[in-house]
Amino acid sequence: MNLISKELLQAKNEPLNYFNKNSLIIIGLVVLGLFLYPFISPSKFALHLLMMIFMHAVMSQSWNVLAGFSGQISLGHAIFFGIGAYASGYFYTKFQITPWVGIIIGIAISAFVALLIGIPMLRLKGHYFAIATLLIGISFQVIFQRWSEVGGSAGLYVPINRDSPWLSMQFHKSKVSYYYITLVFFIITFFLVWLLNRSKLGYRLKAIRDQSEAASSLGIHVSKYKVIAFIISAMIMAPMGSIYAQYVLIIDPNNTFSVDISILVLLISVMGGVGNIWGPIIGSSILIPISEFSRIYFGGTGRSIDLIIYGILIISICIFRPSGIVSLIPKSFREREKAK
Amino acid sequence: MSILLKVENLSRSFGGIHANSDITFDVNEGEILGVIGPNGAGKSTLFDLITGFTKSDKGKVILRDKNITNIRPDLICRLGVGRTFQKLKPFADQTLLENVIVGALVKEKNLKVARDKALEIIDFVDLIEKRHHYAKELSTGQRKRLELARALATDPKLLLMDEVTGGVDQRTIPGLVELVLKLKKNGITVVTIEHNMKIIMDISDRILALNQGKRIAFDIPKNISQNSQVIDAYLGTVDAA
Repeated sequence: MNLISKELLQAKNEPLNYFNKNSLIIIGLVVLGLFLYPFISPSKFALHLLMMIFMHAVMSQSWNVLAGFSGQISLGHAIFFGIGAYASGYFYTKFQITPWVGIIIGIAISAFVALLIGIPMLRLKGHYFAIATLLIGISFQVIFQRWSEVGGSAGLYVPINRDSPWLSMQFHKSKVSYYYITLVFFIITFFLVWLLNRSKLGYRLKAIRDQSEAASSLGIHVSKYKVIAFIISAMIMAPMGSIYAQYVLIIDPNNTFSVDISILVLLISVMGGVGNIWGPIIGSSILIPISEFSRIYFGGTGRSIDLIIYGILIISICIFRPSGIVSLIPKSFREREKAK
Repeated sequence: MSILLKVENLSRSFGGIHANSDITFDVNEGEILGVIGPNGAGKSTLFDLITGFTKSDKGKVILRDKNITNIRPDLICRLGVGRTFQKLKPFADQTLLENVIVGALVKEKNLKVARDKALEIIDFVDLIEKRHHYAKELSTGQRKRLELARALATDPKLLLMDEVTGGVDQRTIPGLVELVLKLKKNGITVVTIEHNMKIIMDISDRILALNQGKRIAFDIPKNISQNSQVIDAYLGTVDAA
């Protein structure tokens, strides 16, 4: 009689999550390396490049949480990038509130905006949700172009402050501090999304993504969880806007609420692998260097060269590896191991 | 025997087609109720109406003493009604275990507890060796078991099964039938849609027969097999020709 229960017993003793020792060691070493990297006094450009990779990985992860976990394709994610940028920039410029608080304000406003636009829009399915987000994203840009309180289309110039770099979150001497700020956000974000992936919420979101009807037959309130995913996604995006604003110190609607950003975060995820938490890192590590280097080599004359290369890469990915570059990594290094 | 589910005059039209009109029946606690009828008789629509996936035009669905007519599917699930789909809807990119955990999370707060419960249910449907296989890698028969396990994980009092034996080969059918009987032994009330007459006659306590959206018979299997309207629906009337 107990033939079956032996297998069951064994199954119950399996750990809830599989960890591959090798991949854990590799991740640990990479993180350590990234923390130590500034000590070998790298060039400004190298730091800038890595920062951009981290930032875009986080931004793309934000998109991935919504699209990859709950299955909603957004074409307007720049909304939250812009809100983050304006929240920290505006409150610092007008009220001298430190950008650190500004980041939190930006996260809060983004969450609220996601709630407001999520409730009506997440009733739309598939393509219609994508179209709606695209239009709302553009509307935000137009609103900020006309809104004189936040500088209209000229935008805001964050006042230079050389006395208290950490309080004003402005580092004029070197990029190292910016590097560490983005690195920390990058690691925190990925750790939280990694936790989300294996949480109860993660299970429910993936169920909605794969089969929303079956999910609701299993007691999942589909529209509620879609809104939750949208809010989480928005909260991840906003701080990147704030950090970007403090990095360039100019905030204008064309660079923050731009469709380009919304599309870029999508491309990065698609390139790396949608629905996989490593996808955005891989995608960002490939696409961002391409655009930075093409900017250097071709300068102003070749401004769209990077887009041509993107295009070729994305089309190749869609044809040859629809599940993204992450699917090239051998199974043994991926987190989930299948029993033999 | 107490009545678990009561359906009164349930009706729904799509355009001019009366998919369900005035369907009335009840399900006793612990019984297996078979639902039969030719294609397009309204069997799946009936399930969709009971589980809230389709809103009814008229009529009532009462679970124990609670009116559950037209409430959200997820709430109906939480009240103890599980279902499977005729057109299977597994979470294809997730493992069997992950599929069932989603169901178990309805009642369990803790992920580990939910996992253990899911494993027990996977064992119950005899798929324990396949627990780490992706749903898309499973055969149709195994996917039927997956859907069943997933619904069972929500602790249903009442389980609606849409064609458990449909689309699987002959060798797989006995195992699935045995499983349905095992459910009954475990105190779960089952309403099952079935095309295989032999099976439905064998396992059902009572049978509801539908044709063109109407109830044509509601009786014990022996009487159903002799009911002239049922025979007409399946074979066509002699004098109509």
